[in-house]
Amino acid sequence: MNTLIAIIGLGVLCLVFEILNLRKAIVPVTIIGLLAVLGLNISEFGATQSYYGNMIVVSKFSTAFSSLFIVLTIFLVALGHNFYENHQNKISDYIAIKVFLLSGAVAMVSFGNLAMFFLGIEVLSISLYVLAASDRLLLKSNEAGMKYFLMGSFASGILLFGICLVYGAMGSFDVTEISELSQSAELPIWFPIGIALLTVGMFFKIAAVPFHFWAPDVYEGSPALTTALMSTLAKVVAMATLYKLLSVMNADISDAYKMVIVAVSMASMTVGNIMALRQTNVKRMLAFSGISHAGFMLMTLLSLATSASSLLYYTTAYALAGIATFSVILYVCKNKHNEDITNFHGLGKTHPFLAAVLTASLLSMAGIPIFAGFFAKLVLFTQTIENGFIALVIVAVINSIISVGYYFKLILAMYTKESNEERTGKPFLIYAVAFTAIALNIIIGLFPSLVLDLLG
Amino acid sequence: MNVSLILIILLIGALATYTVGDKFASKVALLFGLVSLGASIVLLNHYNLGENIGFISQWISKPNISFALQADGLALAMLLLTTALTPIIIFSTFGNEPKNPKTFYALILFMAFAMAGTFLAADGLLYYIFWELSLLPIYFIALVWGNGDAEERKKAVVKFFIYTLAGSLFMLVGFAYLYQKAGSLLIEDLYQLNLSGAEQVWLFVGFFLAYAIKIPIIPFHTWQANVYQKAPTVGTMLLSGIMLKMGLYSVIRWQLPIVPLAAKGHVTIMLILGIAGVIYGSIVALRQKDLKKLLAYSSLAHVGLIAAGAYTLTADGISGAVLQMIAHGFVVVGLFFIAEIIYRRYETRVIADMGGIRSQAPKFASLFLILVLASVALPTTFNFVGEFTVLYSLSQVNIAFAVLGGTTIILGAYYMLKMFQSVMLGETNAKTFADVTANEGIVLVVIIAVLFFFGLYPKPIVELIAPSIEGILNQINRIK
Repeated sequence: MNTLIAIIGLGVLCLVFEILNLRKAIVPVTIIGLLAVLGLNISEFGATQSYYGNMIVVSKFSTAFSSLFIVLTIFLVALGHNFYENHQNKISDYIAIKVFLLSGAVAMVSFGNLAMFFLGIEVLSISLYVLAASDRLLLKSNEAGMKYFLMGSFASGILLFGICLVYGAMGSFDVTEISELSQSAELPIWFPIGIALLTVGMFFKIAAVPFHFWAPDVYEGSPALTTALMSTLAKVVAMATLYKLLSVMNADISDAYKMVIVAVSMASMTVGNIMALRQTNVKRMLAFSGISHAGFMLMTLLSLATSASSLLYYTTAYALAGIATFSVILYVCKNKHNEDITNFHGLGKTHPFLAAVLTASLLSMAGIPIFAGFFAKLVLFTQTIENGFIALVIVAVINSIISVGYYFKLILAMYTKESNEERTGKPFLIYAVAFTAIALNIIIGLFPSLVLDLLG
Repeated sequence: MNVSLILIILLIGALATYTVGDKFASKVALLFGLVSLGASIVLLNHYNLGENIGFISQWISKPNISFALQADGLALAMLLLTTALTPIIIFSTFGNEPKNPKTFYALILFMAFAMAGTFLAADGLLYYIFWELSLLPIYFIALVWGNGDAEERKKAVVKFFIYTLAGSLFMLVGFAYLYQKAGSLLIEDLYQLNLSGAEQVWLFVGFFLAYAIKIPIIPFHTWQANVYQKAPTVGTMLLSGIMLKMGLYSVIRWQLPIVPLAAKGHVTIMLILGIAGVIYGSIVALRQKDLKKLLAYSSLAHVGLIAAGAYTLTADGISGAVLQMIAHGFVVVGLFFIAEIIYRRYETRVIADMGGIRSQAPKFASLFLILVLASVALPTTFNFVGEFTVLYSLSQVNIAFAVLGGTTIILGAYYMLKMFQSVMLGETNAKTFADVTANEGIVLVVIIAVLFFFGLYPKPIVELIAPSIEGILNQINRIK
């Protein structure tokens, strides 16, 4: 709870800095502020507590995921320093929106009431719409913002409809009450329908097939830093929320529902990977790769009772690799009109360090050992086999193989092609973020227990 | 003192090589290679004195994974192969250093680290991690330092990577399934499992895909010749000398004892696949115009025979396979080095462009001839011991297999000597060919010395591996 208040306070502070004309200090101050918030959040880790008539429930689950979100936001804000170099007069808006977005994210994993859940998702989504369209003179960015807004509001509508039906069935927005009522033998038909609609709405947010059509266009059109935010933070938040939504309401996961999850998971992996193979724009490629990762993460919904820690691990591994990837992309594609793969030619020779970071993060996403991505997949596979979905695991394995194809396309471009342009400058923050993100990824890859044991 | 020391030495060696910079990289790498060889010999000594040199410590609590290394005779033999070949391979580049040496040598040591880990690991997941890890350095070595057209090389190397990764992921699914059954992946726990026949067949297939691609066994060999040709010689040596032995070793260590029923049910199919590799490899080798490709196909034929030996499930077959693995490791490194020496002077690998070298370089010709004879299993060489034992074990299963498998020696002699003839003999070549330098001579002499020593006196290795193989056989034949 204190975390949430502190984050909002920090967001307001960012806006005050604008008034006081302290734009230069805004990035460092926000980073320090977020680090303090992170400390505060970690200190709350422990017993479950509820606030404001159960509006907000702080549990181990919510604090663990909030910490992840805060860490990701720190990285994104740090990357903003370089990214918004030429937009100094608006930097406080950009940073403040990111901080407010974080508050939405934290609300989404600590809700105790469906109203709070919806509030959180709207705060997050509206911030994202603004950020997607934030390069306002660029047609593509406007298009991305518009597309995202239209599709996003449609999904919000479905979510609201689902919440209404759940309310109609249970007579309450409070998840503990819903959870207790859902134990009773006779459930009105509205309840499962409501859950289904909520699931569909969240599928849209995590860009799972067949609700993924917005993702590639929006990712490509948005400014690169916003894409980084969408593909790491926003996706992880939505997935954690969907997980929490289903587990906390004790929604009866029937076999039919599980079959739908299996089908969506398989479809997301396969469609995402096969489409990614054909992309030449790196942002678009990562959009499809994100769709396939969504498919992997959905596997956790098949064993709701036990998979919280594996979801945390997977999302952490994926998001850290994503941050490392995007920090290199931001550097390479700065002042470029597109993020075409040709921009990466010869990076292995000109910038061996950045090339190594990008290689490592792509290997992590592909699931090669010692990187966290490997353990993430391993734990997921073990758990899914335990629950008897061997066919799904085999599809997932085949997809891991396909994914190597496009991740390696980028690696090959860096190491086998000759560079065709000069790249100058070594922005400290980009190097620092790239290094820290990949180092954290490798550390949790070497010591998976650090994360896996957190949620018991 | 335990075996984790070797891994630490190799890993620190890789880091040190990278940090000392380009100038001293090769020397530091060689130093660490030799230190690891020395350490493995010391460990061997400790092992022979009956000390426990294994290492185990809890690594991940959930899932229950241990950092467990074991060192029985079999693992030690393979470890010694790795640590003996690594300095030889590093030394073979002296006087002809590649570009960006610090990364290059660091990758070699890192690869040795991963391969040594694969041989030593006693926990399924740890083993899998080392297994996969060894793929990364060779990928970059072949990609960045390889030769030939960049686009073609890229295709060959990526195919190799995806192919082997695909195979090993099925092994990973197998391990995930085994974990459900055993609650741990420690090898002794896996040995205890009582799996049903159907489960064993599925697991057998999963493991087989991983190993058949790595070894490679027909029909999973299509990556091999191209990668051997495109990779730099060091990469080819690492691949053929040590890395494919990982696959063969894993068959003996992991596949056969964990799923013995399935293994027993498929002896004939496996032998047919192995021997098909022998015949196919030999026939294709006959028609090769590129020296490295010829050696690649001859390697395919030899490993086919080794795999067949391992899959006979007899004591002779398995120990013959292990002996031949070691012998083949040395001889193939020597032969690829020969190809490299010729390439350094003539800048070609096309056999038709060579010829008439012998009269200009008599020392080189003698060393080359000895290696050729060793590779066709001339008696008194180590290869004879291994190949003969394997053929003997095949004859125990079915005499027809032994006859067909024996074609490796006949056809092998034919294509190897034909190759020697067209490369070395004939009219004196117009281009000058300097005889072997001191460095090159040392590499070849060391390899030949090892081959002859163990050819005349294989007892130490046979005795070293015998108890482990007996244990594995007991495991395979345990009563259900």
